[in-house]
Amino acid sequence: MSERVVELEVLRYNPETDSEPHFQRYSVSCEEEWVVLDALNKIKETIDPTLSYRWSCHMAVCGSCGMMVNGEPKLACKAFLRTFDGVIRVEPLAHFPIERDLVTVIDDFVMKLKRVKPYLIPKQDKPVSEGEYLQTPAELKKYKQYTLCINCMLCYAACPEYGLIPNYIGPAAIALAHRYNQDSRDGGRDERQEEIAATEGVWDCSFVGACSEVCPEHVDPAGAIQQVKIKSMVDWYKEHLMPWVKK
Amino acid sequence: MARSNKPIVWGPFAAGGTLTAFLTPALILLTLLAALGHAPDLLAYERLHAVASHWLAKLVIVGIVFLSLWSAAHRLRITLYDLGMRADALVATVVYLIAVAGTLAAIVYLLRI
Ligand code: SF4
Repeated sequence: MSERVVELEVLRYNPETDSEPHFQRYSVSCEEEWVVLDALNKIKETIDPTLSYRWSCHMAVCGSCGMMVNGEPKLACKAFLRTFDGVIRVEPLAHFPIERDLVTVIDDFVMKLKRVKPYLIPKQDKPVSEGEYLQTPAELKKYKQYTLCINCMLCYAACPEYGLIPNYIGPAAIALAHRYNQDSRDGGRDERQEEIAATEGVWDCSFVGACSEVCPEHVDPAGAIQQVKIKSMVDWYKEHLMPWVKK
Repeated sequence: MARSNKPIVWGPFAAGGTLTAFLTPALILLTLLAALGHAPDLLAYERLHAVASHWLAKLVIVGIVFLSLWSAAHRLRITLYDLGMRADALVATVVYLIAVAGTLAAIVYLLRI
């Protein structure tokens, strides 16, 4: 195992003492196969215990360690040091307010997630004695990809529309709404449409596609958004041009 | 929150986008071939002119022209918004009017055939 000294430029911000965020340079010796998160952990353990950032699983499952690495939203646990040359610039996720150092305030995303009701709303309730809600593999395939989201918010940091229009519900929340809408056991689409078929829902998306490019789980939120647009359009035409057709 | 009325303008945009994705490359190829004097007989000017004189063909052509222009207009509107032009209502009115004007022009020329 070979080691090399890596230079990191990390955005620091302490709301109690700093009026503005600033960069701080760290030189830290790292193993060749380390990721950015390993480097941050080593800085915290050996150089500067005040450095704050979120992380938990170190295996791209928890979705906590999203940050901007050289300007791109990435999971720090998946960003291999060897893929970068020179000084590596580490900043908190774009488009979110900074709480401290690399920790962002994520309330906006959490509120939006709640609004789209990302849980099964059964078509009709049935007693447990009647058994499970069955589903065929084909029915599962319709939404499985969208279940892979780990709520890391990289897509929000990548989305220029979210940067421009803070009220935009955004990629992950829409993809998750779509996940339940596509589920054969679910009957909650009408309620979710109230949020995602609104102007602040899919219609604020201009199909930049950056969300799908940065998504570490290949959820393809941009694809979900376009599908929701088409379905919402069909709804609209049915409702306004063919009012006699029942929804 | 109320559901958006955006589908009115988005529907023809999506349809036009799909159309142009298939038609535009074919048109460019055909134009190039024609310019080089190699247009296939079936697509020679006189034949196309004859096809366009049928009312059904006229209807189809108007549909294609409208959807393509609308799609381009809508794309332009969104692009301008993304570039920082915030006068969306004005931009929308102008670009959609251009698309409609182009469609009207197509109708006028087709009716003259
Ligand atoms: S859709 Fe992808 S990028 Fe967005 S929060 Fe989910 S896993 Fe992260």
